[in-house]
Amino acid sequence: MHAMQQNEPQPAAAPAKSGRAIVVTSGKGGVGKTTTTANLGTALAQRGAKVVMVDADVGLRNLDIVLGLESRVKHHVLDVLEERATLDEALVADKHTERLFLLAAAQSREKDEVETEKMRGLIASLRERFDYVLIDCPAGIELGFKNAVAGADEAIVVCTPEVSAVRDVDRVVGLLGNRFRPQLIVNRLRPDLVKKGKMLSVDDVNAILRLPLLGVIADEPEIIVTTNRGEPLALRKDAPTGAAYHAIAARVAGEDVPAPMPQAKESFLERLGSLFGGKRG
Amino acid sequence: MNTSRRIVVTSGKGGVGKTTTTANLGAALAKRGKSVILVDADIGLRNLDLVLGLEKRIVFDLVEVAEGRCQLRQALIKDKRFDSLSILPAAQTREKDAITEEQFAAIVERAAEQAEYVLIDCPAGIEAGFRNAVAGAAEAIVVTTPEVSAIRDADRVVGKLNDRGKPIRLIVNRLRPAMVRSGDMLSVEDVCEILAVELVGIVPEDEEVIDTTNRGEPIVLDEGNRLRTIYDKIARRLEGEIVPFTNFDNPSIFGRLMDALKAG
Amino acid sequence: MIDFLKRLFGQAGSSATAKERLRLVLMTDHLELAPDMIDAMKRDLVDVISRYVEVDRDKIEVNFEQQDKALAMLANIPILSVNRPNGNGTAKKPEAAPPPEPVAAAVATPAAEPAAAPPTSAPEAGAPPTRPRRRRRKSQAIASSAKPATAH
Repeated sequence: MHAMQQNEPQPAAAPAKSGRAIVVTSGKGGVGKTTTTANLGTALAQRGAKVVMVDADVGLRNLDIVLGLESRVKHHVLDVLEERATLDEALVADKHTERLFLLAAAQSREKDEVETEKMRGLIASLRERFDYVLIDCPAGIELGFKNAVAGADEAIVVCTPEVSAVRDVDRVVGLLGNRFRPQLIVNRLRPDLVKKGKMLSVDDVNAILRLPLLGVIADEPEIIVTTNRGEPLALRKDAPTGAAYHAIAARVAGEDVPAPMPQAKESFLERLGSLFGGKRG
Repeated sequence: MNTSRRIVVTSGKGGVGKTTTTANLGAALAKRGKSVILVDADIGLRNLDLVLGLEKRIVFDLVEVAEGRCQLRQALIKDKRFDSLSILPAAQTREKDAITEEQFAAIVERAAEQAEYVLIDCPAGIEAGFRNAVAGAAEAIVVTTPEVSAIRDADRVVGKLNDRGKPIRLIVNRLRPAMVRSGDMLSVEDVCEILAVELVGIVPEDEEVIDTTNRGEPIVLDEGNRLRTIYDKIARRLEGEIVPFTNFDNPSIFGRLMDALKAG
Repeated sequence: MIDFLKRLFGQAGSSATAKERLRLVLMTDHLELAPDMIDAMKRDLVDVISRYVEVDRDKIEVNFEQQDKALAMLANIPILSVNRPNGNGTAKKPEAAPPPEPVAAAVATPAAEPAAAPPTSAPEAGAPPTRPRRRRRKSQAIASSAKPATAH
């Protein structure tokens, strides 16, 4: 599909088939946008949808490496926008999941080399081919963010239960403006720390943000292992976090499924303690 | 003072601990009797003030200083818990193009006249915010976690810093020694081998850090926390002292038993 | 329980995989960031090969590909002609070309021709690779084989 010539704004009337374009953003870096995009994409594709994940982090791409696809990227978004490659040449099929594709960012270019209108056009063409276009937004609120948001009509904001992240998400929600009704994913929750009063709870976070909650993902060392291997956790539907991503995917698809919420796991010592009748901490 | 050190704390990847490092390293240097000014270069998404609990005392910010609407000393907020630690907050409602590299560098120069150390908290990324932050600095500390994406981004940043001729030192942050031992996390040696940058600090993951950020109290104030010693060691190394790195390895069977128990 | 035991005995986990992947991806990233270096490398490569066989410089392709656990450079260099292996008209013997200036050596042969001097003089070093001078070199090279390496 050679749709990159167009510079015209998105047509007002959507074409007959039009997928959903969802930007995954946060403001603060390191809260899990890329991990969320990879896992949500995997889960949606496993449910039968045709999904493309677009890495909008020009210069610091990571969606490819999180998916284990770094060796398969031959062309990137700027190659397509600048017509050095077709979309078909640039799309990378996922290693693990059918119907899932990646459009990688350019590593050796800069964010200001992407024209917002062209990005909008690219997302529009992708929407004609895919049920879901997930856009992995870079950290920040500058041009990278604006370009990532340009083609989207929905937004998911990812927030960790930390004051700086909440503050940044709040700013981003303001910048997203009235066009979006963003939904929230709270990432890296530590229920044990919340219990001890050492971490904000989901309610604390949402008391400030007041956004519809898609779901909550626990902070798990396993995420590090899966990134080491390039195998998103959502591939394991039966593991707690994998199941959580599937629940989120179901909710995104409109199913009436409860928002996943991790429970506090008792540590070994707590379990030992409760064996003897006392409840620790 | 032209012997002042102007150091940018950067990473490429967001969320690896630049702000926490800037705050705690600055505090550690201040505790050692140095005069320190911390500059938040993250215009639009400022957080250095929050991490130090100084957010309610902001009157003027970096952009207003650059625009000449106030003096530097009016914008500096003195942290009363230390003898000589001040911060220059970023603007919150502006964007990173609100200031040029030259303006930022000039402000850092002026700060350097008043303090022995100026630490610049760099925003995530390698765009204008990064370029501004680096423009003000004569040296760099790159912070990374032992994770694939963070190291990849750090590598890019190291390349950019090399292009600008800034000497670089590395801090490996949020290390989990138990995961390293079980082969589930890259070791500090792995990271150093890949990035090939002089190591200046190893900071283990500590669940107290989030709590201290919530309360706006840098962890170096907590006498019971081992991170206090660790940041102090980094400060000493910056001063030129040779300080052995803390050994987090625990190869005894008992140590491994404890790892396994704690992990699950 | 198995996880417990694994941790107890320090079984190798995903970090080895991560290190390998990082090593390869950084190599690729560095290459992507150094197009000038790659161009220079391509030119030098082709110049060296041209000392042995005549190549079609305009149709050369050099790509980098990740193959399993290594990064490989794949070069496709169409060969136009190969001189006879001995005696007359041999392409320059390797030892005849002093190592320090392989580029100059490659152009020294055509420079020895009586005709066709202009397109092939020394300023080749560093010049862009589109050099349309292959047309007559073949026969000229054979004719002037008597000339020893005039490279310098």
